[in-house]
Amino acid sequence: MIRIDGLHKYFGDLHVLRGIDLEVQKGEVLSVIGASGSGKSTLLYCINGIEPVQQGSVLVDGIDVHAKTTDLNRLRQRLGMVFQQWNSFPHLTAIQNVALAPQIVKKMSKSEAMEVAAKQLEHVGLGDKLNVFPNALSGGQQQRLAIARALAMDPQYMLFDEATSALDPELVGEVLDTMRVLAEEGMTMICVTHEMGFARDVSDRVAYFHEGIVEEIGSPEQIFSDPKSEQTKKFLAKVR
Amino acid sequence: MFEYNFHWRPVFRSLPDLLEASLTTLQVASLAMLLGIIIGFILAVSRLRGSGSIYWIATAWVELARNTPALFQLFFFGFGLGALGIHFSPYVIVLAGLTFNTAGYLGENFRGGFEAIPSTQLRAARSLGMNSWQAYTRILIPQVMRIVYYPMTNQFVWVVLMSSLGMLVGYRELTGETQFFASKTYRIFEYFAVTAVIYYVMVKIILGLSKLFASRFFRY
Repeated sequence: MIRIDGLHKYFGDLHVLRGIDLEVQKGEVLSVIGASGSGKSTLLYCINGIEPVQQGSVLVDGIDVHAKTTDLNRLRQRLGMVFQQWNSFPHLTAIQNVALAPQIVKKMSKSEAMEVAAKQLEHVGLGDKLNVFPNALSGGQQQRLAIARALAMDPQYMLFDEATSALDPELVGEVLDTMRVLAEEGMTMICVTHEMGFARDVSDRVAYFHEGIVEEIGSPEQIFSDPKSEQTKKFLAKVR
Repeated sequence: MFEYNFHWRPVFRSLPDLLEASLTTLQVASLAMLLGIIIGFILAVSRLRGSGSIYWIATAWVELARNTPALFQLFFFGFGLGALGIHFSPYVIVLAGLTFNTAGYLGENFRGGFEAIPSTQLRAARSLGMNSWQAYTRILIPQVMRIVYYPMTNQFVWVVLMSSLGMLVGYRELTGETQFFASKTYRIFEYFAVTAVIYYVMVKIILGLSKLFASRFFRY
């Protein structure tokens, strides 16, 4: 379980997260929607400890992410992350991209790591691209590569930071399909997204972020068909 | 009227000595390059991540190395420190001068290389649980190496050619050796012409090897 209590985050004078309380249960898919600059992505960075926080706490399976004694490198093995800019490692082939972290972080043998990597690439539909360098892959394929790379660490949670926002429209579908499969397999996911269709169809709950707070949270049906907050209504009217 | 008569024979007679001196040139240039790479890397990281005196020492090094004549830098390690009673052999003077100069240039070269890698690469590596050392050695530095590789090759060529300044502090590398024979025989043009060809061939070999190496190691 991921549990966030009274989280505040500043970038200098900018108050980006202004008191976030949130819980994500095992097996749950939470979609986070909201305008750019509302703090959605920052929340993900605070969950896996890439960004420090100024107040409040994030507990992942009871471990305080921002406690000084927490071994972040160990904790991050539980938290797979997929970025908007897919960030494939350009100097490594697809299979090396995926196998590297299991090998050097989890200390698997090379052959074991390669096996895991091949399996995960197969899983995201890149079984025929094992020895291809990322520059020969499309954006959608690179994003699926990034998903396979995160999955190879056998994480308990997956954090998606606008995984489809940087893709050409015709490539969005293949990445969303991959995410859908993950959700059906029972992966716990937090998806920051602008894909309202995905949020509606796949999520168990949807959170609407507005200016650094959770303005409204509920089931997809409730948020999309019967939003309570004026801000949520305004936002949904704009994106529809 | 053009009345100079070329005499090539003495040059060819001392060719073995010249070739041996060219190995001296390669040796001192290679060592200076190696030290320059190590120090240049430290300078780059100090300027990117360091603070306080570490940042300022690195910055002063880069500024002096890049903005003053290389010859003056050699003279500093020779006559400059000599005036203070610190005496080095010509070899050490050349090595120190070339290393100082090259480290400054490479430091900036490496810094540019690091800045060319999107910061999100580091984030992606860390998000997979890699520690800082692993992220640098496995993800960032291999990419930086590719970016800085050809400028680095240029720098090595420059060090080989610049080592000819060694002559002026009494070091018998290729140019020093050439000057020695030229003044002994007065066949100045002939000696320097042949030595120019030797430098040319050395540089060509370096560039060829560098290309071969690149095609092997940078496959993307």
